[in-house]
Amino acid sequence: MSLIAQDIAVSIGRKRILNGVSLQAEAGQFTAIVGPNGSGKTTLMRALTGELPHRGAIRLGGRDLDAFAPEDLARRRGVLPQAAALSFPFTVAEVVRIGLEARGERADALVPAALAAVDLPGFSGRHYQQLSGGEQQRVQLARVLAQVWQPVDDQGPRWLFLDEPVSSLDIAHQLTVMRLAADYARRGGGVIAVMHDLNLTALFAQKVILMGKGEVLAQGTPAEVLTDATLSHAYGCDLRVNAVPAEGIWILPQVAAG
Amino acid sequence: MVAISPDMPRIDGDRSHRARLTCRVLVVLLLASAVLSLGWGASGTSLTRAVSDLLAGRELAVQDRVVLLDIRLPRVLMGICVGAALAVSGALMQGLFRNPLADPGLVGVSSGASLGAILAIVWGAALPASVAGIFGWYLVPVVAFVGSWVTTLTLYRIATRRGRTSVATMLLAGIALGAILSAVAGLVILRANDSQLRDLTFWGLGSLAGSNWPKLLAAAPIMVLAVLSAPALARGLNALALGEAAAGHVGIRVQRVKNRAILTVAAATGAAVAVSGGIGFVGIVVPHLLRLASGPDHRWLLVNSGLLGAVMLLWADMASRTLIAPAELPIGIVTAMIGGPFFLWILLRNRGVLDL
Repeated sequence: MSLIAQDIAVSIGRKRILNGVSLQAEAGQFTAIVGPNGSGKTTLMRALTGELPHRGAIRLGGRDLDAFAPEDLARRRGVLPQAAALSFPFTVAEVVRIGLEARGERADALVPAALAAVDLPGFSGRHYQQLSGGEQQRVQLARVLAQVWQPVDDQGPRWLFLDEPVSSLDIAHQLTVMRLAADYARRGGGVIAVMHDLNLTALFAQKVILMGKGEVLAQGTPAEVLTDATLSHAYGCDLRVNAVPAEGIWILPQVAAG
Repeated sequence: MVAISPDMPRIDGDRSHRARLTCRVLVVLLLASAVLSLGWGASGTSLTRAVSDLLAGRELAVQDRVVLLDIRLPRVLMGICVGAALAVSGALMQGLFRNPLADPGLVGVSSGASLGAILAIVWGAALPASVAGIFGWYLVPVVAFVGSWVTTLTLYRIATRRGRTSVATMLLAGIALGAILSAVAGLVILRANDSQLRDLTFWGLGSLAGSNWPKLLAAAPIMVLAVLSAPALARGLNALALGEAAAGHVGIRVQRVKNRAILTVAAATGAAVAVSGGIGFVGIVVPHLLRLASGPDHRWLLVNSGLLGAVMLLWADMASRTLIAPAELPIGIVTAMIGGPFFLWILLRNRGVLDL
């Protein structure tokens, strides 16, 4: 079961943002999309979720994205947006339930579990608008998680699409969220995430798609993609991959001494 | 709505029990207000005498029958319909624009309905009798509905770019649209004759005084249909609070929800304005109070808005009938004098709401 995109092109106005992007992501894996600012990562994500009009074909589990009814697609995959301000004073519990209730399912049992998974136990009675940015981001993740709680159901694997899931989180919660996503993949679900942090990507992803100027520069395992030469070329600065400590990979910018 | 079984512990932050309680209280309050409103008035008619007459099997006194059945009853029913329609329109529009300050009166939708109504009143008289006969009492509400529908649609198109609705654009465009529509309405009014002019002036200030059975039967079905169908949009509007893209991702057919919400707002506002003129602020005050009481979940908000809107309008109408008795204060003045300061209070309390 895989997510396959073929020759995706997106233009906004006259500007071509994505230029013939093809990629494949497998369920059971954490796939990271990385690349410098303006390389088209988020645009690619929005095309993959069906949010942006695009050229080319996107298939989820062999079925064209356009062939899904909206409620069926919502059962197959959850999408975490980059930023989410709410205009009304919803409580955390009410936000987490929205995704399931939109298709007429009860969510009461899942709310505490989903909040515990993002390390917000006891937050269900709080007002969403009064939370910090990082807390709001984790509430949104809990909502998306509740929407596709079991990584695999009778119709096969389900997917998490995450747009910069750790961008406003402290280091401990970056790890919470990355472990959660990796665990979802380990249990058979598909995870595809836009990532800024190359070190977290190296630690958790099984597949890396490196973007640059609206095209795929490289895709493969972290060991294949995250190399000194490829990264330095893509980001336009001198980067070095250090395999110290042994169990991790640390990518450091090279700064001239003095 | 699924009832929570008693053995299931209620999760923290779930306010549906409060919303349900609010709903029950409002139903009782509405019934009580309706009865009180029937007995309320300047004439010597007494509701208790009429009821005891009925219970004793006696025929009603002629005066009681005329005052209660032909004057007050249609007026009370009209007040319930108009109050519910205005409050539900406000709640729907706020859900649609994802902003608690959206209101048909504020953003020019009521002006669109007014223009329609004025056109129908002034030029309807000039229609050939055969055409006028087909529409009858429906002419004004239907044309007012078209006016509010076109205005809402235009406003939404202007204020929404790539799925994001700008509140500042919405409010400013609403002001501009309202000004244009009022100017055109002014031009039409210049063509009105003296008796039409008197009708228009009193109607424009907002009043339930002209309520009668034919008017009620023409406008009430539209309002009742709009109010009763609104809760079907609740899940869609809850999801829409996350943003249009996110609403799509949880399985909502966003465009369909938006189209239906616009149509419902237009129908309810159009019919309400056609029969009652410029009654403002109900659509802002009612949903706001209910969000404070039991949260913004539209599954309850839309139902409770209908109830509280009806209650508030009945009380405003009773005030309008008594404050300067024997003369009558247009109800629009009453709602503006209460709603205006309330609106300012919302702004002062929550200055971030506009995001300008």
